[in-house]
Amino acid sequence: MLHKHAKFVDVSFKGLLWLCIGATLTTTTLVVVILGTEAYHFFSLVPITEFLFGTHWEPLIEPRSFGVLPLVCGTGMIVLGSIAFALPIGLGIATYLSEFAPNWVRSTIKPTLEILAGIPTVVYGYFALTFITPILRSLFPETEIFNAASGAIVVGIMILPMISSLCDDAFRGLPSSLREGGYALGATPYEVVTRVVLPAAGGRIGAAVILAVSRAIGETMAVTLAAGASPNLTANPFESIQTMTAYIVQVSLGDTPVGGVEYLTCFAVAGLLFTITFIMNVIGSQLLLKTQWQSRS
Amino acid sequence: MNTWRYRRQALFLWMCRALTLLALIILGSLILHIAKEGVSTLSLDFLHRFPSRFPHKAGLKSALYGTLWIMCLTALIAVPFGIATAIYLEEYSTKNRFSRWIQINITNLAGIPSIVYGLLGLTVFVRYLNMGQSLWAGALTLSLLVLPIIVIASQEAIRAVPNPIREAGYALGAHPWQVILCQVVPAALPGIMTGVILALSRAIGESAPLIMIGALSYVAFVPEGPGDAFTVLPVQIFNWASRPQVSFHAIAASGIIVLLCVLFTMNLIAVLIRHKFQRYK
Amino acid sequence: MNQEAPILKTEGLKISYGSTPAINGISIEIRPNRVTAVIGPSGCGKSTLLRTFNRMNDFIPNIKTEGQVWFRGQNMFHPKVDPVNIRKHVGMVFQRPNPFPKSIYKNITWGPTIHSYAGNLDELVEKSLKRAALWDEVKSRLHDSAFDLSGGQQQRLCIARTIAMNPDVILMDEPCSALDPKATARIEDLIGELRSRYTIVIVTHNMQQAARISDETLFLYEGNLIESGKTKALFTNPTKQQTEDYITGRFG
Repeated sequence: MLHKHAKFVDVSFKGLLWLCIGATLTTTTLVVVILGTEAYHFFSLVPITEFLFGTHWEPLIEPRSFGVLPLVCGTGMIVLGSIAFALPIGLGIATYLSEFAPNWVRSTIKPTLEILAGIPTVVYGYFALTFITPILRSLFPETEIFNAASGAIVVGIMILPMISSLCDDAFRGLPSSLREGGYALGATPYEVVTRVVLPAAGGRIGAAVILAVSRAIGETMAVTLAAGASPNLTANPFESIQTMTAYIVQVSLGDTPVGGVEYLTCFAVAGLLFTITFIMNVIGSQLLLKTQWQSRS
Repeated sequence: MNTWRYRRQALFLWMCRALTLLALIILGSLILHIAKEGVSTLSLDFLHRFPSRFPHKAGLKSALYGTLWIMCLTALIAVPFGIATAIYLEEYSTKNRFSRWIQINITNLAGIPSIVYGLLGLTVFVRYLNMGQSLWAGALTLSLLVLPIIVIASQEAIRAVPNPIREAGYALGAHPWQVILCQVVPAALPGIMTGVILALSRAIGESAPLIMIGALSYVAFVPEGPGDAFTVLPVQIFNWASRPQVSFHAIAASGIIVLLCVLFTMNLIAVLIRHKFQRYK
Repeated sequence: MNQEAPILKTEGLKISYGSTPAINGISIEIRPNRVTAVIGPSGCGKSTLLRTFNRMNDFIPNIKTEGQVWFRGQNMFHPKVDPVNIRKHVGMVFQRPNPFPKSIYKNITWGPTIHSYAGNLDELVEKSLKRAALWDEVKSRLHDSAFDLSGGQQQRLCIARTIAMNPDVILMDEPCSALDPKATARIEDLIGELRSRYTIVIVTHNMQQAARISDETLFLYEGNLIESGKTKALFTNPTKQQTEDYITGRFG
């Protein structure tokens, strides 16, 4: 019986837990080490300046060129478009739910929106391809089958629940005395929201946007399906583009020999992806922590 | 007197309502669109057939089995590690620099794009550990992906267990492991279970990391062991959706209906668990 | 004076949280099979003192304990002493009833089970609940959740749970502060019944309660022991001005 040797079990139990912690540490180490070494191999073949500042991305067909800017630009368009789509809607939802909605509406709508967060990304890709793109094409006939706009909208839908729930938390986390102060001066709810609530929750909304941007940057399947696979340096949202993530998928779907330069490009692009999202996540989560502390004191 | 202010207020309220409604309309049209596209090709037979070059002959059998395998293996690997890490962080670690560092590390792991996990799995499991494109490699990759989700959810559940319960346990002369395993974890179990189910629904909806490690989209057999090659529902759906033929899009939609049904069932279970144990809170 | 050997004894006990002192050198003796009340205004160190006796203070980070504490002549803070063993003999009842989220039956059997109790658990449950004056109210629903009981019943269940460990000492940290007067009266009656078998140390901010139930009283103020002695003597004829001021309600 375990209880008979309780003291011994105590020590072994703690040791066992310690080992399990190792799993998370190993994962991080592996990510950094693998991306680092493979990217190092890549940069011994391709100069890092060509990679970072080159404007032409054609690594699979001769003559090859390894300028990552078209991919970064593709990702950037998706990110900008999706935030432009999701932030106003998310703020509107959060305002409605936290300031105006009766309790029963709130308790129905919140879990309903959570459904959006649980839908797999490949489903969004399908939705963009077969629903959003046809609508765009009927509105703007010059739209290509694969286009950045459709991808941006669908990624916007994906990050919408994240933005609305983080903003909702931010609004509800504010002390009610703040609002009461505004209302006591005879302000309308609109004035309270725009002059009191929004400025006070600004930091947390910023954190929500940063975290959402990081999500959008890492988004893969939806943009692969909707936005296409042509690395163009363009600002036209109705053209086909390619994001960093979509490129990695494209390589892995083909038969690329292990160790070749095409294979290594994946790691260079993923390294860039990891660095960007990592920085944004650190800033975002620190901002969340900091603003939490401010609202408490 | 102040009519403009009140009109602006009314307009603002209606705008917020309209934006909320818009989100609901998007969700509704997503579900309706997929139902409309996919329901005609959905049949029991569709679930029993293997993939095929011809859309009317293609089915989901291997993907369904693959998803089931992946879900079970991932749960088997990630759940013990995740709960153990959460227990250590909440119950044992003092608030020193090391534990804070681990906490930050876990938060960041949760934010790494899934495709990076795919590359990690490809390099470590498929290449270095020679697992090939097997269920093992897929499940291990997804385990790394969902581990932080399980840890964070379990931590929240454990933190929600009131401290007097721990004090009561220790006052009876219990060792830490007895208090943790007999009192704290059982009290936190509904929350932990909910987190685990959400993490697993994330795992079975993921396709990018599995495509990276080389999950195939044409698997004409049912995997018989964790060493076999496999495909899963989202990978199969992606394959069909990325084909130009419209008839493949229809069966992609049918596949999505099946996938969403699986996910909704899992979420329903999570809600039921939460509901059943609510009274202890 | 009484010549009986003390069951708990402190000598020059000093406790501080970080740099904040909580107890500044207290030397006391607690004699077996009595009810000893610890009184004093909030923040005077009553609970800190009580929690020293079963080393529950170990869980508080940055706490510093100096001086000696003996339990049955054994130094409680000797490095070889396992606090777990002390807690087996020194049970504790807390301010708010804190039953485990399990059945009434399991609440009582859990402690004995983890210490590999060899006897019959059913009998133990019955005996403990009878001693805690709860048996008649719950005997028909032993396997219902402990959360279905009222606050006063939950607190008596917590006492029964402590009794089931067959401790020598039961520490009670304001056990009635979360209860209504009726439930409080029942607990006080119960304490009266338990004194023949157990040594009870009870912290209370309710002076009438201390006067009603205790044999001896310790009066603490700002971490110092001001006065101690027979309850009757202390309440009718205090020797120190501070004690008199406190028990007559001039402060605290």
